Amino acid sequence: MGLLDQKFNSGSIIITRVDDLINWARLSSMFPMTFGLACCAMEFMSAGTTVYDMDRFGMAPRASPRQADVMIVAGTVTFKMGDRVRRLYEQMAEPRYVVSMGSCSNCGGPYWAHGYHVVKGVDRIIPVDVYVPGCPPRPEALIGGLLKLQEKIRNETLMAPKAIEGWLAESEKV
Amino acid sequence: MMDFEALTGKLAEHLGGPLWTETDPSATPGALIIQPENLLKICEALQKTEGLYFDLLSCIAGLDNGPEKGSMEVIYILHSIPYGHKIMLKVMLTRNKDQEPLPVVPSVSGFWKTALWHEREVYDLFGIHFEGHPDLRRILLPSDWEGHPLRKDYQHQEKYHGIKVAY
Repeated sequence: MGLLDQKFNSGSIIITRVDDLINWARLSSMFPMTFGLACCAMEFMSAGTTVYDMDRFGMAPRASPRQADVMIVAGTVTFKMGDRVRRLYEQMAEPRYVVSMGSCSNCGGPYWAHGYHVVKGVDRIIPVDVYVPGCPPRPEALIGGLLKLQEKIRNETLMAPKAIEGWLAESEKV
Repeated sequence: MMDFEALTGKLAEHLGGPLWTETDPSATPGALIIQPENLLKICEALQKTEGLYFDLLSCIAGLDNGPEKGSMEVIYILHSIPYGHKIMLKVMLTRNKDQEPLPVVPSVSGFWKTALWHEREVYDLFGIHFEGHPDLRRILLPSDWEGHPLRKDYQHQEKYHGIKVAY
């Protein structure tokens, strides 16, 4: 018996807001893209194993950016890789999210001073939703970051995006 | 396994005289310091001479002694698997100043195929040109990168594809 069965029985009606329903669906099936760049990828892989069980959040890694919702940038982004990161991000369908995992992709990490080849933070290339600190972060930390991302998605609204509302109000005044 | 003295003796005998400028027996393995124009002759003798048979090029290293000293080096470490010999070759080069052509070393890829990638790496990071290499491109850095990062006076570029390079 699942929890939902016990809570609602069969044939009942749930009344909810469209935003809440869509957000709930989205945050419950964030497919991450299989994307490991350095040692962080090991921790990312551990997070997918039975011990940490990323699948309980509905997260099954996808091997194609077309099928993925979340890009977990797990590792050092070099300038050579930077172009590829940008392209992969552009290939993902909206809505798309980015988790920057580990010090390297947050800010360049140990390469901040003398690493001529490392992009000092993946946020210089693509917009980042959640930063997970650590070198590398443990799987618990990554899962913590994913829960933060869930929180962020839970508060999104599709019906009345605030930024667009503001922009419309501005344009009506003119 | 021949010791360094015996090795250099046999090599000099085969080449008709020592083609190196000096030797450094204290290096590990013992080193011959040579000029680039003699590199190929020495490599050929090392590889083909009966009883030497250096069949393995273990590594190639670049070395920049800085603009003040004005010299660079390319270092080869060779092994002979059947006999257990080992030797180091140090090629001394004059360091180029700005706007001057890169220092040139003949490619040893004709003797050891391993050299193809090693020479590309030394070219990529130190800016040393290997004459006779069939495909001397950068191997680690992107092809449109500016400069050679392991040089002592290297300054990274301001931006790469619109991304700021400095922290």
